[in-house]
Amino acid sequence: MPVERHVLVVFPHPDDESFGAAGAIALHTRAGAPVTYLCGTLGEMGRNMGKPFFATRETLPLVRERELYDACAVLGIDDLRQMGLRDKTIEFEDQQVLAARIAAVIEEIQPSLMITHYPGHGVHPDHNALGAAAIRATTLIAPERRPVIHAHAISANREEALGRPDVVLDLADVLDVKLAAIRAHRSQSEAMLAELEKEFNRDPAVRKRGMRNWRQEMYWTYHA
Amino acid sequence: MQAIETSAVQATLDRFANQDVFIHLETTNGAYAAHRQEQTMAVCAFIRNGLVRYHRGTVAGIGPYRVGLKMEQGWIYAEGLTDWELDEQGRLLMAGHDSDGRLAIALELSTEPFGL
Repeated sequence: MPVERHVLVVFPHPDDESFGAAGAIALHTRAGAPVTYLCGTLGEMGRNMGKPFFATRETLPLVRERELYDACAVLGIDDLRQMGLRDKTIEFEDQQVLAARIAAVIEEIQPSLMITHYPGHGVHPDHNALGAAAIRATTLIAPERRPVIHAHAISANREEALGRPDVVLDLADVLDVKLAAIRAHRSQSEAMLAELEKEFNRDPAVRKRGMRNWRQEMYWTYHA
Repeated sequence: MQAIETSAVQATLDRFANQDVFIHLETTNGAYAAHRQEQTMAVCAFIRNGLVRYHRGTVAGIGPYRVGLKMEQGWIYAEGLTDWELDEQGRLLMAGHDSDGRLAIALELSTEPFGL
């Protein structure tokens, strides 16, 4: 993996960066590349409240903001920027304005690589909307200053629609970092990790398959 | 939050009656419900900072609980509420959590707008 000049990560919810791209981010920060994370919302409408639940609908944004800072510390992200949008509403904002805001950040930090959701393959409407805005943002930049785009796809039909991913990262050296980042988002990951551990303990084959999935991240280079 | 105790919730509903109050009402089965095939589709609705006035608010059931707010020209209804809290800002927060602690429904009342 080449050392990037600067990596820009654009995702809508605190924890998207950890569940989705913690491995890539950790590899980049370990290689010495600065990472800027543009985070759209505070995940105000999440339904996970911890297990047992410790957040309310009204305290959740504060809880998740703290978790976000913790995860960024784990991942070595030292430039976290919040867009101040609201969970579930990104697709209803003025898309041109969103793209212009992201373009301004691209102009400022001149990233060589941008990581975001693959529009149409993010499953969550916020993922699709912010991914589309981030990609649109690059078209507002002079071609020679546009970053390479690694798009993250989680749809069930991703390989059918997009083909095999051209970027497959081996996370063996940073898997512990990825898991620590996910654990930092305690309100969101606690129940899921407990459930996963139960499944893994029930069947060694499931553990083996599961760990193989955890040990890699896949991206599709997006040509805007 | 703590498990709903109907007499305390009823007393609080009575306090919010007959005045303009901001309401947050939502229900969700999770943004990934269809993706995880837990349900056939993701379903969610929310209203944040609706300004309403009810003259009769009632909590009912033996748990999970229902709340109905009767207005001059309509109703507000929520079913599946399990927990409640009167927070430090004097807001009445009620929510329904499933066995994994996930929020499935919320009904909240406040005399000041909820944060955006």
